[in-house]
Amino acid sequence: MLDPKVEADLIALWITLKLAGLSTIILLLLGTPLAWWLAHSRFRLKPIIEALIALPLVLPPTVLGFYLLITLGAHGPVGGLLESIGSQPLAFTFTGLVIGSVLYSMPFVVQPLQSAFTSIGTRPLEAAATLRASPLDRFFTVALPMARTGFLTAIVLGFAHTVGEFGVVLMIGGNIPGETQVLSIAIYDHVEALEYAHAHWLAGGLLILSFCMLLIVYGMNRRFSPFQP
Amino acid sequence: MSIHARFNLSRGDFTLNAELQVPSSGITAIYGPSGCGKTTLLRAVAGLESCANGFFSLENEIWQDESRYLHPHQRSIGYVFQEANLFPHLSVTGNLEYGLKRTPTSRQKLGFNQVIEMLGVGPFLQRRPMHLSGGERQRVAIARALLTSPRLLLMDEPLSALDQNSKAEIFPFLERLRDELAMPVLYVSHSADEVARLADHLVLMSAGEIRASGAIDEMLTRTDLPLAHGDEAESIIKARIVSHDETYALTYVDFAGGRFTVPRKDLATGRSARLRILARDVSLTLEKQTDTSILNIFPGIVAELVDENPSQVLVRLEMEGVNILSRITRKSAATLNLEPGKHVYIQVKSVALLA
Repeated sequence: MLDPKVEADLIALWITLKLAGLSTIILLLLGTPLAWWLAHSRFRLKPIIEALIALPLVLPPTVLGFYLLITLGAHGPVGGLLESIGSQPLAFTFTGLVIGSVLYSMPFVVQPLQSAFTSIGTRPLEAAATLRASPLDRFFTVALPMARTGFLTAIVLGFAHTVGEFGVVLMIGGNIPGETQVLSIAIYDHVEALEYAHAHWLAGGLLILSFCMLLIVYGMNRRFSPFQP
Repeated sequence: MSIHARFNLSRGDFTLNAELQVPSSGITAIYGPSGCGKTTLLRAVAGLESCANGFFSLENEIWQDESRYLHPHQRSIGYVFQEANLFPHLSVTGNLEYGLKRTPTSRQKLGFNQVIEMLGVGPFLQRRPMHLSGGERQRVAIARALLTSPRLLLMDEPLSALDQNSKAEIFPFLERLRDELAMPVLYVSHSADEVARLADHLVLMSAGEIRASGAIDEMLTRTDLPLAHGDEAESIIKARIVSHDETYALTYVDFAGGRFTVPRKDLATGRSARLRILARDVSLTLEKQTDTSILNIFPGIVAELVDENPSQVLVRLEMEGVNILSRITRKSAATLNLEPGKHVYIQVKSVALLA
C-alpha cells in the first residue's frame, strides 16, 4: 500500500500532466490558425487582438483567474447559461481549469508560431503555389516543416507554462484533490503543513522536468533547424 | 496563336495599365527600367498579384476574364524568381520533385532525367539549397519550374542576383532551353545584354505601361524607341551557320543580305544563330572598299537619319529587308551627302556571334 500522501501527490501529478497535455493540444488547434492569420493579415484592428493575446504575460494570474471565476461561476454569464440548460457551472471543475490554462498559456503558443510564420514570409509559399500546390497543401508541405522549430518551442513553452501555473488554477479550480489539485498547489499545501520532504520531492521533480523539456527544445532547435545540413 | 493579357491595377502610388499581345512561342523579353512594373505584370500573369477585371489567355485557354479566375496553382506556369526561392527544408531532389509530384502523369512532358541533364544539376541532387552557389541554385530553380511541364515559363530577372561568373555559367543553359524546348517564355529583364542574347520578341515598358512591342531585331533598330540610342545601341541579325574555316579559324554565317565572316565559334553548321553588331562599329562608304582589313562589307540603302547629339547621327540602313544601325559623325553624314534612299556600302568592323 502506498502512503496516502504519496498517492495524493501522484494523483496531483497525473492531473497536472493531463491538464498540460490537453491544454497544449487545444492551444495548437486554436493557436495555429490564429498565429497564421496574425502573421499574414493586414487587418487594421490586428494590434488589439495581439494585445489581448499577450495580456497574460503581464497580468497577475489572479486577475485572470478572478475574471474567469466570475464568468464561469454559477452566477456568471457562461456558468449561468450552463446551469440554466441543466449543466453544472465550470468553476471548480477540471474543464474550467482547461479553459483557464488555454487562455493563460495562449501567448506562449501563439507568439512563437506567429514569429515562425512571419519569418517564413510569403516567398516560399508563392513558389509552392506556382508549383501547383493548393493553399492547404502549401501549409502542410512548406509552412509547417519550415516552422517546425516554432512549433517545438510553442509546444514545450505551452506545456511547461501550464505545468507551472498557480494563481489561475487556485482561483478557478480551487484545490480539490483528485479533481483540480495540481502539483504546484500540492507543493504549496505541503509547505503550509511543514511537510518539507514531500515538498522537496515534488519541487525537485518539477525543476528537473522543466529543465529537461527546455533542454530538448534547445537541442532540437540546433539539430532540426531547416538551415542546417 | 498568341498570348493576350490585359491588367489594370494599383498598388500604392504605382499603377499598372498594360495590354499586350505577343506570340506564344520563343522568348519574349519584358524590358524596362526598375520600378516600371515588369515584375508586377509577370506576377499578374501568374495569378500571384490578384487583379480584378484582368484578362489573360494563352492560345485557346483563358486563365482569367470577367467570370473566371484561375489561382496560381491552377495555372500551367513555371515561375523562376529573382532569387532562386528554393525550399530550404528540402534537398535539391525534394525541390525538383515538389512540382513534378503535383503534375498529373498525363501532363508530364519533360522527364526528370531530361531536365536534370539539360540544366546540369545532377551532381548536387542530394545537397541542401544552402550548400549551393548562386548559379547552381538558380539552375535548380529553373529545373524545378520546368518539371511541371508548364505551358508558359515566367522568369523574373533570373540572372540579376548573380555575379558575372554565375551569369556566364547560366547563359548556355538558357540558350539550350530556348533552342530545345518549344515552350513560350516571358522573361523580365532590365539588362540589354540579356535581352539581345536571348529574346525573340521584346515588350518595352515604362511607368506601368507598355510602350512598344515587336520582334527583337525590329525593336532594337526602331529610332523612335530609346533602345536605338545611346552608346550601346545595337542591331541583332538572325543568321545561320554555314561552315567553318579551319585555316584561319573563322566561321561563315549567312543572313538575308549576304555572308558574314566572324572569328570561329564552335557551333554546328546549319543551326540558327544571331549576330550582334554595335551601331558604333558600323561605318559607311559610297564606293566598295577593296584594300581594307574589314571582311564584312554589304550593300545597303539608307532608310532613316536621326540626330543623336550635336556631333553624331544615327543611320538606319536596310540590307534586303534586314535592319542595321550605324552611328557616324554628323560631319561624315554631310560629306557623304547621306539621305534616305541613298545606296551605300556598310562596313562592319566588329560582330559578335551568339548561339
